[in-house]
Amino acid sequence: MARITAGVATSHVPAIGAALDLGKSGSDYWQPLFDGYDWSKAWIAKEKPDVVVLIYNDHASAFSLAVLPTFAIGCAESYAIADEGFGPRPVPEVIGHADLACHITESLILDEFDMTIINEMTVDHGLTVPLSLMFGQPQAWPVKVVPIAVNVVEYPQPTGNRCFELGKALRKAIRSYDEDLNVQVWGTGGMSHQLQGPRAGLINSEFDHEFFDQLVLDPDTLKKVPHIEYLREAGSEGIEMIMWLIMRGALGKKVKELYRFYHVPASNTAVGHLILKPSK
Amino acid sequence: MNDHEEFDDIPGTTVFTTQRSRQGFQLNQFCMSLMKPENRERFRADERAYLDEWPMTEAQKLAVLARDYNAAIAEGGNIYFLAKIFATDGQSFQQAAASMTGMTSDEYAAMMLSGGRSPEGQRSIKEGR
Repeated sequence: MARITAGVATSHVPAIGAALDLGKSGSDYWQPLFDGYDWSKAWIAKEKPDVVVLIYNDHASAFSLAVLPTFAIGCAESYAIADEGFGPRPVPEVIGHADLACHITESLILDEFDMTIINEMTVDHGLTVPLSLMFGQPQAWPVKVVPIAVNVVEYPQPTGNRCFELGKALRKAIRSYDEDLNVQVWGTGGMSHQLQGPRAGLINSEFDHEFFDQLVLDPDTLKKVPHIEYLREAGSEGIEMIMWLIMRGALGKKVKELYRFYHVPASNTAVGHLILKPSK
Repeated sequence: MNDHEEFDDIPGTTVFTTQRSRQGFQLNQFCMSLMKPENRERFRADERAYLDEWPMTEAQKLAVLARDYNAAIAEGGNIYFLAKIFATDGQSFQQAAASMTGMTSDEYAAMMLSGGRSPEGQRSIKEGR
């Protein structure tokens, strides 16, 4: 049977991708950030996951406002890289695990999570920057990916509780897949940031650190945090952090924290990164 | 209609609600069109003519022409869509964000380097916290 062996959370700031693609990762500005992922890269090279179920949000790339799914799952064989206005990132195309994705889709919908089913889409920095942070710049990504896209662009985003519950259903779905696969679940986005209006640039490291702690130890309290609190405390785009709750829900009741990293700033954003292992 | 009074209480912030999504639909669809290189070329060649192909309001078009992103947001624009405009311009997200704050790019970059904008006094207008 498929096994969930770890959970990874990471920000997915587009400027991180640009820094890497333009060869600036060793600059004074960017090096401290990339150094924060050295441990993770070494760790994942040993872990060798077969598949990453990657929770992310599309940033007006694959989904316009014509159709905006709250939760969507990719069942395609592969995903081309989106052109976000400056040409596609020069990274390998993303290979899906269509069979596992179809299994997860059926399991989730029969579990009453009404997923939108995607058989063709491009993926943007929300999905590719986490891959770059964890794997660097390989010729081909060393994992297959099942993308799960969450609407965090338009209010109302799904509640923290709904995200956490989706994670639990995802756990059941993955673990009932009849093939021995090493599966990781990644939650991406965040941490505190606001990209718009006169309040742009907001960073709340106190909120971010509390979020880290509660995600690890007390997600049942964290999942009840309402939209307005994210908006006030973590900035209008900080609400992306609800996606971390899906990852946490997929790991089961108790987790062991393997690694944590926090860095300000990457462009407009506080970068957070966490690696968790399910406890038996 | 839903009451979003608490959203209006957050300083310097516009929450992109379903109503705003309706208001800004054509503006945001225009932005999406800039994901194609040929459309970027046509837009660069004659911005006004390109905008006139879209059933946008005059206020939306003027906000785009002026690259006034606060005005664009007031007209229903969403920052992830507007990002296609400043990507077309070769401007970074940080420069675009700075332009909305009344700070220069350098001042804004310095603020981010020193830990970002503090949430103190930025949470609620009514409660002054």
